[in-house]
Amino acid sequence: MALPYNTFCMPMTPLFNLDLLLTGTYHDWLVAGLITSLSLTGISLALALPLAIIIAVIRLSPVKALQWSGFAFVEAIRNVPLLAHMLFWYFGAPEILPAAAREWIYARNVEACSAIIALTLYTAAYMSEDVRSGIRSIPRQQLEAARALGFGFVASLRRVVLPQALRVTIPPLISQTLNLWKDTSIATVIGVTELMYQAAKVESASFRSFEAFAFASAAYLGISLLIAGAAGWYQARFPVRAT
Amino acid sequence: MIDLIDTYWLYFLVGQYPHGPLGGLALTLILAILGLLFAFPLGLLLGMARVSPWPCVRWPVSALIHVVRGTPLLMVVFWAYFFLPGLTGQNTDQFWTMLTALVIFDAAYLAEIIRAGIHGVARGQTESARSLGFSYLDAMRLVILPQVVRNMLPSLVNQFVSTIKATSLGYIIGLTEVSFIATQINTQVLTRPAEVYLLLGLTYFILCFGLSRFAFWLERHHQQRTMAKAHA
Amino acid sequence: MIQIEKINKWYGSYHALVDVTENVAKGEVVVVCGPSGSGKSTLIRTLNRLEPIQSGRIVIDGVDAHAPRVRINTFRSHIGFVFQQFNLFPHLSVLENCTLAPTRLRGLKPSEARDEALALLDRVGLAAKARAYPGELSGGQQQRVAIARALAMRPPLMLFDEPTSALDPEMVGEVLLVMRDLARDGMTMVCVTHEMGFARDVADRVLFMDEGKVLERAEPSEFFARPEHPRLRQFLSDIRTPFSQAA
Repeated sequence: MALPYNTFCMPMTPLFNLDLLLTGTYHDWLVAGLITSLSLTGISLALALPLAIIIAVIRLSPVKALQWSGFAFVEAIRNVPLLAHMLFWYFGAPEILPAAAREWIYARNVEACSAIIALTLYTAAYMSEDVRSGIRSIPRQQLEAARALGFGFVASLRRVVLPQALRVTIPPLISQTLNLWKDTSIATVIGVTELMYQAAKVESASFRSFEAFAFASAAYLGISLLIAGAAGWYQARFPVRAT
Repeated sequence: MIDLIDTYWLYFLVGQYPHGPLGGLALTLILAILGLLFAFPLGLLLGMARVSPWPCVRWPVSALIHVVRGTPLLMVVFWAYFFLPGLTGQNTDQFWTMLTALVIFDAAYLAEIIRAGIHGVARGQTESARSLGFSYLDAMRLVILPQVVRNMLPSLVNQFVSTIKATSLGYIIGLTEVSFIATQINTQVLTRPAEVYLLLGLTYFILCFGLSRFAFWLERHHQQRTMAKAHA
Repeated sequence: MIQIEKINKWYGSYHALVDVTENVAKGEVVVVCGPSGSGKSTLIRTLNRLEPIQSGRIVIDGVDAHAPRVRINTFRSHIGFVFQQFNLFPHLSVLENCTLAPTRLRGLKPSEARDEALALLDRVGLAAKARAYPGELSGGQQQRVAIARALAMRPPLMLFDEPTSALDPEMVGEVLLVMRDLARDGMTMVCVTHEMGFARDVADRVLFMDEGKVLERAEPSEFFARPEHPRLRQFLSDIRTPFSQAA
């Protein structure tokens, strides 16, 4: 969806019509958009986090080939804008999928699927960096001590290193979640009916651009503040203990 | 894929220029460079305001930065798109709209980089400058900020990479930057969308990966220099 | 020249300076010593208001240092402060470090400032390093430049906060030599230091601090030969025989 150039040039109306936002069709549209945005965030987060941990562990493995493929994967994703990712998965990917998969996706919500894939991969690439730093910040001696007790490599990671790494990693991960929440707005471009899309829809239906975007801005800011607040709470409640 | 490159490479690089406005990769780069360039002085001011000892300066600026950082860039673009014409009294074209949004957004992020940079300069530097008799602002200007700018060069390059990626949002307001051009090409070719968008991704990748490697090299080079000094 | 009148300082609930009262005359060299955490660094930092005080008064050359209306930058430009960590400006050359303040704060012309700075660098034995950068100098050299930088403002008073504590032992001597020459030229100095040899040879008076209080003050001969306060005796004995029967 690309806005036509010079849709209009609207003088700001002096009255801020709050009713518009609290009841009625437009209100419903906006709320539906908000729920879609939140769903996109939730689903992508649930998928990205495990993927990020897997990528991080792959990049930390002693096998060079695995390290390099992990590095290539992360760099390939991080150096391309999310918008280009979304365009690829929406326009380009279905072409290369087998016919059966294509039909399955088109039977459902192809826009949302593409958006979720793009968001998941993009967020996982960034999160894997944070997880990797977190794991590396745990002194090597911890792993050695676990191995000396008799645990294998993966078990040592799981029981000793990862729990400690998690505490250090959670604040940057929350920060990435904040980015994910803001990034869902880009799904507009492939037609996902999330908050931004709905706000633009309300605007073109009612010409009340100020109210529509004020609602969207408030929603984005509100959830952003909640997420940032969660980070602050976590850091106060679980400060990183010095070794 | 080669024939695609062969046919469309010029359009991809410069858009319709000279038969129309500049577009494509050239536009992406110009937008990113100008965006960061204009954002820098603003970011510097905001960053200094963030660390200033006067609450009446610190709090409003901190609030402003938190608001900008909690808002998606796309939202800022939309605000600029719909309200800049009203503010300036004339039709603002997509380029200036996008540039305004980028400058505001980048300035907020640069402010944070500068704030971190200022905190990274040892406290002793401020103390010795103040002990000589310099005022707070003079100490900032003559002693702290010169060191901050040297230290933040790698972060600046990374911010440049972010800005290049951010220019892609111009697509949504119809700005003919490289992502928009790629879609135009796709609508002409129609049968090979995967290749077109892979090419787009590759273009961004080469540009951004190259720059982030440069930033990485800068950081290592800077570390080596400071290490050498410490062991003098 | 310095009148410290019953100053008290708290860090939160920790009483860092307790009713400290002292006077320092013009031309006097006063050394402050004591165990870690005794408040000696805190005391010297309150003199040029790097640290605030909660009660009492500090008057230097007739100016109340902690009065709300005092012009603090002018006040500080009349006091030279030498830090434990030298704190030279790494982005400026040695010469530029020494000319920065005189050109901007004393209004000297660049050429005048340069000549004065070179003379001072010569006095501390580092004229040859004028174009070098701090990162290329050893610790002892950096500290001597720091002293020259402070002297470039022609202050009537010099404060030293453990100037040799961060130096390798072989470089301590060169810095103490500069400080001794300064004292012989009549500079008013207050030094926080662990260097007892310096205190004995150069100081006019030595103060012993512990737990925020000045427990003893005397001339060096009395201070070291006939210490009165039991904690001072303990401190001096710990310094002289560090490996004594602690077990």
